Amino acid sequence: MLPAQAQVLPTAPEDTIVAEKVRAAIDVLINGEHFRHTGDPDLPLLWYLRDVLRLTGTKIAGEQAGTGADLVLLAGKPVPAASVSIKELAGREVLTVEGLAANDGTLHPLQQAFIDEDAIGCGYCTPGWLISGVALLRRKPQPTDDDIDQLPNVCRCGCQTRVRRAIKRAAAGKANVA
Amino acid sequence: MSAVDGPLPYLRLSRRRFLQVLAGGAGVLMVGIGQARADAPPLPPGLLGDNFHALGAYVRIDADGNVLIGARDPDTGTGVATSLPLIIAEEMDADWNRVSVVPLGLDVSDDNGQPRWTYGRQLGGTGTSIPAAWADLRPVGALVRWMLLQAAATRLGVKAERLRCESGTVIAPDGRRVTYGSLAAAASSVALPSQMPPLKSPQQYRLIGRDAGDVDARTMVTGQLRFAIDERPGDFLIAVLAQCPWPDGTLAELDSKDALAVDGVAKVLSIAPEPGLPWGSTAIAPAVAVLATSTWAALQGRSKLKLTWKPGPSASEDSGVLEQQAAKLLDGQTDPSMRVRNDGDVETAGKHAARRFNATYFQPWLAHATAEPMNCIVRLDKDQAQLVVPTQAPQQAWSVVRRLTGLAPAQIGIQVPRVGGGYGRRLDHDYVAEAVMLAKAVDKTVCLWWSREQDLAHDFYQPGCVHSLQAIVDRRRNVIAWTQRMASASATAHRGVPDSRLWASELRATQMPAALIPNYRSDWYALSSAMPRGPACGAPDVANAFVVESFIDEIAHQLRENPLTFKLRLLGEPRQLPLGDGTTLDIGRLRHVLELVAERIGWKDWLHSVNGLGLACWQLGGAYVAHAVEVAVDGERLVIQRVVCAVDVGRVINPLGLADQVAGATLDAMSNALNLAITFKGGRVQQQTLADYPLATMAQLPNDVEVITVPGNRAPTGASFLAMPSAAPALANAIFRASAVRVRRLPLMAEWERLR
Repeated sequence: MLPAQAQVLPTAPEDTIVAEKVRAAIDVLINGEHFRHTGDPDLPLLWYLRDVLRLTGTKIAGEQAGTGADLVLLAGKPVPAASVSIKELAGREVLTVEGLAANDGTLHPLQQAFIDEDAIGCGYCTPGWLISGVALLRRKPQPTDDDIDQLPNVCRCGCQTRVRRAIKRAAAGKANVA
Repeated sequence: MSAVDGPLPYLRLSRRRFLQVLAGGAGVLMVGIGQARADAPPLPPGLLGDNFHALGAYVRIDADGNVLIGARDPDTGTGVATSLPLIIAEEMDADWNRVSVVPLGLDVSDDNGQPRWTYGRQLGGTGTSIPAAWADLRPVGALVRWMLLQAAATRLGVKAERLRCESGTVIAPDGRRVTYGSLAAAASSVALPSQMPPLKSPQQYRLIGRDAGDVDARTMVTGQLRFAIDERPGDFLIAVLAQCPWPDGTLAELDSKDALAVDGVAKVLSIAPEPGLPWGSTAIAPAVAVLATSTWAALQGRSKLKLTWKPGPSASEDSGVLEQQAAKLLDGQTDPSMRVRNDGDVETAGKHAARRFNATYFQPWLAHATAEPMNCIVRLDKDQAQLVVPTQAPQQAWSVVRRLTGLAPAQIGIQVPRVGGGYGRRLDHDYVAEAVMLAKAVDKTVCLWWSREQDLAHDFYQPGCVHSLQAIVDRRRNVIAWTQRMASASATAHRGVPDSRLWASELRATQMPAALIPNYRSDWYALSSAMPRGPACGAPDVANAFVVESFIDEIAHQLRENPLTFKLRLLGEPRQLPLGDGTTLDIGRLRHVLELVAERIGWKDWLHSVNGLGLACWQLGGAYVAHAVEVAVDGERLVIQRVVCAVDVGRVINPLGLADQVAGATLDAMSNALNLAITFKGGRVQQQTLADYPLATMAQLPNDVEVITVPGNRAPTGASFLAMPSAAPALANAIFRASAVRVRRLPLMAEWERLR
């Protein structure tokens, strides 16, 4: 039984309802969360993170050779987020600086080591250092100075000596992890 | 509640500064500092709300004991967001673990059409934050502490003089304790003292002199900290630019049809520098802006613009030609633009010459290359402008906004979040002018950003320079005459500085070895250039220290002397050396930092060491710095094995922060000297990406910088770029001893590879 106020239309408005075309979707996995992107498949990951998901820890770093501030881990490898488009992400997990800490807020040992060593200048390039540092530690849990020398990041504030100490501290398991 | 009745009380700090107690919400004590005409009444309470941001007081104590302290100076990586609040926290005996720091942004009120800055000075990255805070932020903390003590005295029935404060608690002689949080409400209605409460004596310090990590560290490592470039206020358009390669060029043709057809593109606008204004206060170059609802749409729209630029006069600029012009000016036939200093008589000193030494040094143009590219957010309404600006000088940004909008002083609000690097670039506000021009043409918030590449192509560069030096040494191997002639395009040209003062940004009349050598002359030769130039951190000391400290090392080598003993002999016995401008050089302090680094690096082995050792020292803004560097040649490679830096800054506020600044400035100066040069041809900068302007990687830089801090009790100096001047010459001197290659031309690596 229809509610009293409801009206039965004389004819169904067939013409006015057009089913939306099913849009091609790209499923992406970022920091353990699933997202479905139905927009431009050429959208660079950098703008997807910053403009769409509002994950702004991944910074604007340069279109070609950059400062490394836009590094993310793509399937475990550090890549500049400006250099990858959404369509290249299908089936590969992205980890950004926002995803380094555990869900309960416990910091990654390298994040804690950065705090312990005060390995921060202006802070803008810090996320990029963390991403390449985490990639290094995963690949080589006890990195040598030569390994650390290979990090692609640059920093005008001169935080490199402290970053080096932080990586070694994290490798030694000495970060103040609660 | 109202904290006080009648006009808000204030305490005169000096003729132009006063402290004021701001009315806050229940249970909240707020103390601010202001700057105004001496007789100006403080802000009426009606203007203050209960909102911390709007209020912007320096200190706020909440009933639960949490303390918010405002940081007035922009933190561009200099650590002032930590050290300035630390100074306040010390004087008020706050529990540092309960302190949160808030960047204050700009707060301004209307004083008959003139701005009155609520927080006094607000300036970052110029080496002046700490000295200024030492003078006027300590009393803020002292007043808070005094008010809390009065409230506690009433509460406990004990005279205030018998109470003591410790980490956010007032303690009575009988052991009773009251927390600041529980006293905040009562303290906010305490009548102000008739004179400033006394400051703590250094023996009582619990925070100053102890390591404090960066207050923003956690939000940074988790990616949560938002820089201006990360902000997206509601109802915005992203603006990207297509910039004219020449600052004085013009737009010849523009077809924006295809750009406007891109989904999301809202508008295409053309902007241009306002004629006749100083560099840095209007757009840096003509530009076409694409405004869109997303960054990607704006970028795609920009790629579809069809436009051509018409070159201006600057299209003939060529850095190679400028260098030739400099060489010609310095050929000895031309009179200098300015005789900066002339002690004794360098010509007649030649009669006693046993030996003469000559050298010419070249240093290239440099870009600022901040990590965070230029950007600005503007929301413009009929009666107000709200901005988010990554700036070192919010008051200068304010004046640009005011000129372009005609708004009243208090109608312009500027937030300054943490800034992704400054180095002097953000003392200019061309990007603010651009964003305001765009905001005037749309009814939405404009978020303008430049790409890293645009930032490199459009900078107010640090001008290059050529130095020609001559020294005369007598038979006893004393330097009896020193002539230093420098040619450069002044960094202060086109900025309203009179021609007679253009030299002042290029060299100092008092720089070493002035006043140490009886016959001393320094001349400056002006080069003319249309390439935009501007302030850079450490200028002009960095460029001059490189040539002076290298040349002294050259002379020592030519005389077969130990460079350390030669340098110490040049400095002479510890004394206060008047420099002729009212300031003095404390020879004892300078010798001390030099001797410290020499000892630490193992200088006694300098002649026999397998690796090369180098030294340099400098004085900057009343602080003293020395570097010792050890370099090894490993086949084709130079390896910086060790770096020691000693600094004497007077009292150290935050030793950890100081060590960070010293190590950071050392690495930055080495990175600049090793690799970097801006060159231009046809008025266009040839370095397009950071691949062409290669900031040093980890592998090129030393693994560690050993920082030695000289303890002191003098008023503290700034330190953010103190360690820049002596780093590169110490490196070059070490390279000479490691490889017998004297580098007189930067960038260092290219020259070393050419000469070795």
